[in-house]
Amino acid sequence: MIRNELLERVPNLTKVFRLIRSKDAGPFMLTIDLFCHDAVAYGRVVGSGQITADAFAELYGVETADVEIHLIEPIHAIKVSFPRRVASGELADSDITGGQQYGPLVELLAASELAD
Amino acid sequence: MQPLSYVALTGSLGCGFQEASLDRGVERGPAFIGSDSGSTDGGPYYLGSDAWIWADAAYERDLRLGLAGARRAGVPLIIGSCGGGGGDAAVTGYLQMTERIAKAEGWRLKVACVYTEPDRDLLRSKFDDGKLLALPGAPVIDHDTFRADGHIVAMAGTEQIQRALDTGADVVLVGRCADAAIYATIPLAAGFDPANVWNAAKIAECGAAAALNRSGQDSLLCTFDDDGFVLEALDPDVRCTPASVAAHTLYEVSDPYRLIMPSGVLDSSAATYTAVDDRRVRVNGGRWTPSDQYTVKLEGSAPLGWLSSFWGSVRDPLLLLQLPEWCAEVEDRLRTRLKEVASGAFQVQLRTYGGDGTVGRSAVVPHEAVIVLDVVGETQEEASAMARAAYHVALHWPIKGWSGGSMTTFAHPYSAPVVDRGPAYRFTLNHAMVLDEPHEAFRYETHEVGA
Repeated sequence: MIRNELLERVPNLTKVFRLIRSKDAGPFMLTIDLFCHDAVAYGRVVGSGQITADAFAELYGVETADVEIHLIEPIHAIKVSFPRRVASGELADSDITGGQQYGPLVELLAASELAD
Repeated sequence: MQPLSYVALTGSLGCGFQEASLDRGVERGPAFIGSDSGSTDGGPYYLGSDAWIWADAAYERDLRLGLAGARRAGVPLIIGSCGGGGGDAAVTGYLQMTERIAKAEGWRLKVACVYTEPDRDLLRSKFDDGKLLALPGAPVIDHDTFRADGHIVAMAGTEQIQRALDTGADVVLVGRCADAAIYATIPLAAGFDPANVWNAAKIAECGAAAALNRSGQDSLLCTFDDDGFVLEALDPDVRCTPASVAAHTLYEVSDPYRLIMPSGVLDSSAATYTAVDDRRVRVNGGRWTPSDQYTVKLEGSAPLGWLSSFWGSVRDPLLLLQLPEWCAEVEDRLRTRLKEVASGAFQVQLRTYGGDGTVGRSAVVPHEAVIVLDVVGETQEEASAMARAAYHVALHWPIKGWSGGSMTTFAHPYSAPVVDRGPAYRFTLNHAMVLDEPHEAFRYETHEVGA
């Protein structure tokens, strides 16, 4: 998908998700939270097949076996956690707090039917 | 049981809270006031260097008000992870700050200090005995880990805070501390259900962050009774809702339900979150499983070296199209060139932003890019010399396709372009240490300060 086309789809995601964020869970793990607006949106996301260990392994360069996915139905949330490729504070680290790592995930979701 | 309340002052001492919120909290008759003061969130610099995260004046303001509030309420003030990293120097620094405040206000205070940098010989023998258990992502360790400069801390829990409280202290200052332990100690001693105690503590340690509509850091009130606990933000305009509280339990943790503490594990998956009214939430449920062995988390930060950097921007599309390869060539040349200006060991890296410098995965060609050169050397002087040499190499490195004259490959807005950043550190441990008894890795001191 051409980038500008993809970017136009990104705001559509805010109709499905009220928040997507990332943060360190300690210096060695990254955790990503996706909060859906409601049960209907949550059902769509879970049913879309987009949130898989393989997809995150591919996106973030980690092993599929190291990706933990937690489905938290009561609050329509999904948590995905995996080891940081580079620990917080290493010379090669570009994101001490892990706060902007969710960007590629937003692009992946924008390219999917969830952003139609 | 008699209800028990506590006030969580703020999510991070020094980040502030509204004085009026604390005043309201004091009026509610809390059993204690607590504040977290640290985290590994900001990276290894604070633990490694003993530097504090926020400004001294910011800490002083929050501490002074917290001490005043605790004094008015006639209850202890408990502060965990002093300074950010929780090293011994920060505990002593907070003690000195408390003393200054007490003298200025005409108070007399008993301060109990819990020091959490274990003796290096103890750590070494625990390592040799196989009592250091690697946690996920842990760096490889050996005896050198325990000889390194910087600091290693063990994370205190409720057992250590209870010992400090047993002295009758007005103020408890803890080095590195499990955030939730600050808020779990007194409710556990009062006999409330451990699952609820730990779940509340885990939420409360961020102050009013569990609320829906707060505009900054602020104080939270937690009240225990026979049916769990109720959370209430102390600003009357701020609301906690079941969704906001439940959502907050996800923050900064890899598992939404599992919290591992020195003496056991909390599973909060069965906890329920219900609205008491439009701004208060009742929570109840969960399971606490005591552990067979007592383990404390170890964190370590050791010097990486001295850092110098420059950055510059690239606007030539021809260079932008070949930027990753160009940077790799420059880095390669630098590995030889830098040996000519520095004799010590070094690391050099040249990164680009504008493509995917933040996540580092894709190869998008941007409209404009920023290149960032970092050099780590054994001294600041060497790092600076190398960064300056690297600047010159990069500035004139050939761009494939252009030829026949000197070029300048990047723009930079500063004269001089190199910044000497000071010491850099790295985390060296992510291990659990098995203790024979809870206090063997900790040191305790009590001081009377003030008028």
